[in-house]
Amino acid sequence: MTSIHAIVFLPLLAAIVAGLGNRALGNTVAKSITTAGLFISCLLSWPIFLAHVGGEVPAQVIPVLDFIKSGDLDVAWSLRVDTLTAVMLVVITTVSALVHLYSWGYMEDDPDQPRFFAYLSLFTFAMLMLVTADNLVQMFFGWEGVGLASYLLIGFWFRKPSANAAAIKAFVVNRVGDLGFMMGIFGTFLVFGTVSIPAILEAAPGMAGSTIGFLGYRLDTMTVLCLLLFVGAMGKSAQLGLHTWLPDAMEGPTPVSALIHAATMVTAGVFMVCRLSPMFEQSETALGFVTFIGAATCLFAATVGTCQNDIKRVIAYSTCSQLGYMFFAAGVGAYGAAMFHLFTHAFFKALLFLGAGSVIHAMHHEQDMRYYGALRKEIPFTFAVMLIGTLAITGVGIPGLLGFAGFYSKDAILESAFASGTNGQLAFFVGSFAALLTSFYSWRLMFLTFWGKPRWVESEHIQHAVHHVVEHRDEPAEEHHADAHDPLPHTGTGGYHPHESPLSMLIPIGLLALGAIFAGFLFHNQFVEAEHGAHFWNGSLAFDEHLMHAMHEVPTWVKWTPFAVMAIGLFIAWRAYIVNTDIPGKFVAQFRILYDFLLNKWYFDELYNLIFVKPAFWFGRLFWKGGDEGTIDRFGPDGISALVVRGNGLTAKLQSGFLASYAFVMLIGLAAAATWAVWAIAQ
Amino acid sequence: MNSLGFPILSLMLAIPMAAAVACLYVNAQNARMLALVATLVDLALGVVLWINFDASPLGPQWQFTEYQPIFGRFAWALGIDGIALMLIMLTLFLMPICILASWEAIEKRVPEYMAAFLFMEVLMIGVFTAQDLFLFYIFFEAGLIPMYLIIGIWGGKDRIYASYKFFLYTLLGSVLMLIAMLWMAREADTTFIPALMNYDFPVEAQTLLWLAFFASFAVKMPMWPVHTWLPDAHVQAPTAGSVILAGVLLKMGGYGFIRFSLPMFPEASAELIWVIFGLSMIAVVYTSLVALVQQDMKKLIAYSSVAHMAIVTIGLFAFNRQGLEGAMIVMLSHGLVSGALFLCVGVIYDRLHTREIGRYGGLSINMPKYALFFMLFTMASVGLPGTSGFVGEFLSLAGTYQVSSWVTLVCTTGIILGAAYMLYLYRRVAFGELDKDDVRAMPDLSHREMWLMAPIAAVVLWMGVYPESFMAPMRRDIGTLLARIERAKPVGDAQFAMGKPQVKAEAHGEAH
Repeated sequence: MTSIHAIVFLPLLAAIVAGLGNRALGNTVAKSITTAGLFISCLLSWPIFLAHVGGEVPAQVIPVLDFIKSGDLDVAWSLRVDTLTAVMLVVITTVSALVHLYSWGYMEDDPDQPRFFAYLSLFTFAMLMLVTADNLVQMFFGWEGVGLASYLLIGFWFRKPSANAAAIKAFVVNRVGDLGFMMGIFGTFLVFGTVSIPAILEAAPGMAGSTIGFLGYRLDTMTVLCLLLFVGAMGKSAQLGLHTWLPDAMEGPTPVSALIHAATMVTAGVFMVCRLSPMFEQSETALGFVTFIGAATCLFAATVGTCQNDIKRVIAYSTCSQLGYMFFAAGVGAYGAAMFHLFTHAFFKALLFLGAGSVIHAMHHEQDMRYYGALRKEIPFTFAVMLIGTLAITGVGIPGLLGFAGFYSKDAILESAFASGTNGQLAFFVGSFAALLTSFYSWRLMFLTFWGKPRWVESEHIQHAVHHVVEHRDEPAEEHHADAHDPLPHTGTGGYHPHESPLSMLIPIGLLALGAIFAGFLFHNQFVEAEHGAHFWNGSLAFDEHLMHAMHEVPTWVKWTPFAVMAIGLFIAWRAYIVNTDIPGKFVAQFRILYDFLLNKWYFDELYNLIFVKPAFWFGRLFWKGGDEGTIDRFGPDGISALVVRGNGLTAKLQSGFLASYAFVMLIGLAAAATWAVWAIAQ
Repeated sequence: MNSLGFPILSLMLAIPMAAAVACLYVNAQNARMLALVATLVDLALGVVLWINFDASPLGPQWQFTEYQPIFGRFAWALGIDGIALMLIMLTLFLMPICILASWEAIEKRVPEYMAAFLFMEVLMIGVFTAQDLFLFYIFFEAGLIPMYLIIGIWGGKDRIYASYKFFLYTLLGSVLMLIAMLWMAREADTTFIPALMNYDFPVEAQTLLWLAFFASFAVKMPMWPVHTWLPDAHVQAPTAGSVILAGVLLKMGGYGFIRFSLPMFPEASAELIWVIFGLSMIAVVYTSLVALVQQDMKKLIAYSSVAHMAIVTIGLFAFNRQGLEGAMIVMLSHGLVSGALFLCVGVIYDRLHTREIGRYGGLSINMPKYALFFMLFTMASVGLPGTSGFVGEFLSLAGTYQVSSWVTLVCTTGIILGAAYMLYLYRRVAFGELDKDDVRAMPDLSHREMWLMAPIAAVVLWMGVYPESFMAPMRRDIGTLLARIERAKPVGDAQFAMGKPQVKAEAHGEAH
């Protein structure tokens, strides 16, 4: 029993106890067990990470149990700890522990708390199994396990039809990606004869230039395998094409969005590409594709993010966009930068989500930013941490000096992309433009929420809160702190007084805010600097020292571009949402088609509905009614019986229902057949 | 005889047989108890069998053999290998659960019902133990009779149509199989199955023989397009009947392929591989889509069974270890999981007397224990890693990939479609608002029902986390089979080739 056992299995144990104990245990016990389990995991994880920061620590693989042994396919449950895992360990356990704590406050009034906490812990376990995997099959176990937890948590409020639909969508769309992942594993096994990750990575360089038949084509082996595996990553990390589930996943409670759909699960695809980076390095085609998809997602999601009104959806698209940055970093070979952004993003994005949760909590479950405004003074702590989160995500900092977490990682990505070559330079421009949009929508969110005049009165949620009206039974936590007794709204407040969240919610966001400020400054040497990086990563990903050197030699304008676009985005948002609030309306009127296109998320959902969902049901009915009943049965059994009925009246008699006679006939037939058979043989 | 000193296989057949006869002479309650005790004793014997089974690589292939000539060449020849052992264990494990599931649901003619079930257990074990070709045939075909009676007497409204359809389909296949068996016995001059498994039939005769057996096994499996009896049979059968039908009877087709078609006709198997692959590919997509639009719970699960069985057939005919072992694990897993899903349907059917999905909703609220089990089995059905469903599907598809990437791609879409129809089912039954009064009045699982679900759940997780327990006994015998069919092994489409090292990677990429 080593500390890694405890880190991984404590959350599982806690999930089982809290989940099966449920009501018998009671809320407090179930919550305490799961939260304590996670905090212990977290406290055990940091020393592992710091040991890796401090110096080279050899990778360790601790076997747990045999899993599948089928000929050459020999898979064992085991726990791998190297630098890459260590980074993920702290990210997962820290955010998860804080989210557990935060949920004490956020889920306070939910009737189903043990189940919620059990799911959170179950998720954490699955995620830990994913990042400690030493073979592709265990990685797939974790991969699907987090998918299950995500499904359960998105659909946590299972009485809501929209939550159920979102949960199923998330699972099924992820399965499309998993199809690719599975095919990738099959192909990898075929080519390498093993699914052990270290063995594959070792053999990968030798496979360069080999070819394989796939779906009737002859293709470069490593390209095929990497692209198949990457399809899995695209599903889990919500990349363009398979991203449609992520915004809908916001149906889940906000702590879930912070943990799963921002900080950890959705980054699994990035982790996978980094883990298998020596493999991806063998195929320039695959890397080009990764870069392209990453850059496209980065831009797409940022454009959509500028038009959303739901505070969580803005952050969801922002997440999608930031994942795009990570992928194109990986695509240009800057895996360290990709992981660095994953690391810092986990802190500031979890912070933004939990901060948004605090706003939503204060605004009585209203999520539409059009009904916010002027919350700066009402919930000052939340405002302060959201401000920090925004500064971090927009990458505020002075090149060469210091800045917030996102500044270090995003600059590292953009600069290394620029330094890497043609593909990368394209990605650099796309990424820089997306950074402008990021700055715009992040500040738009801030200005709409915390500045301006209160627009709360128009919100149904607020009206309900004020008037003690209970209509939305599907809403969680039907608590109405309506200490406002002024029924006549004179101002935009509607007589509502937002409350700052309880300490259990504020402490986690406070801690995450520290991460959003310092994570970049403290660790950028290890993650991306050429000198330290190679030692730090210690072979756990393909670290390209030359690229990291080249990153520093990019022209000065490249270094200042992120800063400039950040400032421009801020300026536009400031103009449009503070100085002259008519601008957005005018803009919308002017560019109606563009606005609708963005508001409707490029019509992806409508398109998929049209070409996948509806035809699936249509074909299902066709095969059922037209195939099974209309053809097979009609000409098969029904046809034969009709013939027999026409031929003589015997079947009619049989149909009338003498079962015994059926059985009798059959028995006689059998006996006769058997007798004949035996007789025939005996001859 | 064997290491135990007594004919354990005959005893395992005799106990349920004797109990079946005895059931006919006692009252309902005693018949229930008698059936439960008999099946539990048989299960205990099964455990003894498993413990004493020698799975070592050098152990004998056929164990616990018995041979008693009756007349002519016809003999009471029994014996099992690891493959049969696992299927026998599946049968023995599901039987007490079936008896318990019928405890309250069956009210009329209980003694006869219990007798029919016990008789069916005899025949099912008989199928997996028979070493004589005609003994096998008798067990194999006679298995229809009790099933037929169970559907026809204790079934639903349209039971006559369903049992008629069931009868008609199976009849066609079995006649052809019998003719083929007669020819084989003459040609090889033996009816001893182990001997036949090593007899090289002339290649030109193999195709016809293979097709004759295929006619029978494809119906049993069932493969598309001879699957339409299954949804009707399931819908009309009582819960326990569905459990046995899905759990064990469907496995006889797969067992037949692995025991007869592959070892006896390897060349024909390889030659006709496209029949299997083609029909399986259609089955996965077609029946999954049909499952998506079903309104009847049992029909939905029945269609999903057809899709799962297609994963078995592709694995069996992949001609490699992963495919074969995967197919076996899918069979075991599907036996447990679909059986459990039918139990899940039965539990709520007993309360509301309808299988219509739309009549339910929100069961998570008033039946949390039920919702938990149902979720577990749903996840096992969609092949979530950590459950038995994953291990089999993964291996089977991995094996198939070595033969054809196209077949694998098409069949792997089953994991997407499977998730869609199962989660859609679960959503309509267990999630949503609890807004119907009669649904709200449904109580959660009783102790008896917990005892139905919990053992299956435990085995499903066991097989999902540590499948080695179930794969170890089969390893040697699958190796033997592989050695036998090696000569006919089809060439895969991958044709992996090392390139010239000096050629850059992207030069080959996308070269079409």
